[in-house]
Amino acid sequence: MKSTILAGALLALATATSVHAQAIKLADVAELSGGGATVGTNWKNGIDLAIEEINAKGGVLGRKLEVTHADSQSNPGVARAQVQKALDAEPYVLLGPGYSGSVKVTAPLAAEAGIAQIMGGEAAELTQAGNKFLFRTSFGQQSSMPKVAKYIHDEMKAKTVAVVWVNNDFGRGGRDVVVKELDRLGSKVVADLSTEAGQADFAADVGKIKAANPDAVFVYLNEEESARILKELKRQGVTAPLMGETTLIGQKVIELAGDAANGARGHVGLTTDAPVDLIKAFREKFSKKYNYVPDHNGLKGYLAVYMVKATTEKMGKVDAKKFADTLHGLTIKAADEPGILMDVTFSDTGDIDRQSFLVEVVEGKQVVKQVLPKVK
Amino acid sequence: MSNLFDLLVAGLATGAIYALVAVGFTLLWQTSQTINFAQGEFVMLPAFLMLAAMHAGAPFWLAIILGILLSMILLGLAFKLLLVDPMMRHGVLPLAIATMALAIGIKESVKQFFSAEASPFPSIVPTGDISILGHAVSLQSIGVLVVAIVAVFGLTALLNRTSLGHQMQAAAQNPTVARIIGVPVERMILLTFLINAFLVALASLLITPIYLAKFSSGEVLGQAAFIAAIVGGFNQVRGAIAGGLLIGVLDNLAAAYVSTQYRAAVPMIFLIAVILFRPQGLMGRAEERTV
Repeated sequence: MKSTILAGALLALATATSVHAQAIKLADVAELSGGGATVGTNWKNGIDLAIEEINAKGGVLGRKLEVTHADSQSNPGVARAQVQKALDAEPYVLLGPGYSGSVKVTAPLAAEAGIAQIMGGEAAELTQAGNKFLFRTSFGQQSSMPKVAKYIHDEMKAKTVAVVWVNNDFGRGGRDVVVKELDRLGSKVVADLSTEAGQADFAADVGKIKAANPDAVFVYLNEEESARILKELKRQGVTAPLMGETTLIGQKVIELAGDAANGARGHVGLTTDAPVDLIKAFREKFSKKYNYVPDHNGLKGYLAVYMVKATTEKMGKVDAKKFADTLHGLTIKAADEPGILMDVTFSDTGDIDRQSFLVEVVEGKQVVKQVLPKVK
Repeated sequence: MSNLFDLLVAGLATGAIYALVAVGFTLLWQTSQTINFAQGEFVMLPAFLMLAAMHAGAPFWLAIILGILLSMILLGLAFKLLLVDPMMRHGVLPLAIATMALAIGIKESVKQFFSAEASPFPSIVPTGDISILGHAVSLQSIGVLVVAIVAVFGLTALLNRTSLGHQMQAAAQNPTVARIIGVPVERMILLTFLINAFLVALASLLITPIYLAKFSSGEVLGQAAFIAAIVGGFNQVRGAIAGGLLIGVLDNLAAAYVSTQYRAAVPMIFLIAVILFRPQGLMGRAEERTV
């Protein structure tokens, strides 16, 4: 009897160990508290939803996914320590962080460990430093700005453009790409205005824009400054169409700028308002599970996990060292992997190319006006 | 140069706000030798008091009245009785340091109780333009300019043409003699604090619709008004007005014709030049020191 019990216990232990060994371990470091708590919470919830779905359908290559979440406190220093701790546990893939500043200081650690890092940062420079292990879940400026420039040239028919940008890494990066692209397409930049982060008074900047009399104005500032310049543009009666990116037509900007935001257009890489059936389904599932509508960071977290699934299934094995090589140049079609939501191609630098959306603010609400095709 | 007129109007409108705030610096300095380094935060807070009243269900006009009254109680009466009077015994420097601490306290409290994010704020002036000399000038700019000019002229008239104003000036110029001739000096000083609180509340009402309500918005405003007060003359109300308007216009012209990147440097360079060549300010009077 004793030997039967002992044998049963050993069998149970062996089975448990085997199941544990078979799980594919992911590590997530995100902004779960601090200034980026909204970003990190959406990202984490997107990850958890994807893992739940995948595991419910049998996992990846028959193995379940497991994830550990760590809080960067929206602080690059803490993010670095958390990533180091996460890498010590030898995860299959590192997920996060969402803030570009935190990605910048953690990317070398993941690269040194030879672990792929799928993150949410959007600063252009992140994937331009030659890091072969870093992957985006959304557009970097080098992907979004060509679309913006193309829209200004082709759709707005703007021969002359005023470009106003915030003088920091984010603004400078976007400005450099969009000016280059506008020049290539033949739209002339007639005013190139740098502004300061936190700037309150935009009267002079708007005065310059008025004096330049452009066919279109490209606005690339942080959210609050975007709201201020929108109000000033309206105050000074600038009627040229306004084009921007996510930071010009976000809900917070609309709230702050009020009527002045109406008519502003912008390019967004991901939005749960997109007229895409799979995104609509994602929005419904997410809202049902968490009782709120996610922002684009929820989509990013969800996509990160499906990038892991699609890449692993492409390899046919779980191999952390080969993961990055396989994901470079990979095209994942939504028809083959619905979790990826839209057809997507990853470049050799880890950047992303896929459809995106042209949004216009109509009566205080974002309205998707057009689906913009992949660049290549 | 076609937009020079627009730049001048916008610069004067911003400058008028600086002037309102700068006048507060000079009033407090003249009557009580107080340099209030929380003056920028004094402009930021009334907007949040008005927002709080609106969130509680008050209509905008009532929120304005409540905001101004609360500002006069908190930033006038309480500021004088609870901070300036006790600290004044220790001299001007400890008092100045105390106002710096107050600035931090106000800023962090607003951040904690409201939000670190900016909030929209309704405007008392309607949006839209009117045509002046063939130029479309925004009603908001004109409204800000007119309200600020009326406030400043009202204050000047009060100081120069009324018995109360003369008593305030007497209390500021020589409190000992003023007491001898029967001027209630303490009451006059308190009145100065209340007037400053009224002016900052007015500035807050005018500027917040443009700058948005944010816990940190007093930093830039306080600095600009401080520069304006020094440039114009710290001991002259008319100097503070001139300094405010000058800095507002200079800032806008520098941004338009020099560089937006270096616009913040231009008023500072101007300030240094004024301190070097006319330390009492453009319209201030030199004060002799006896040793």
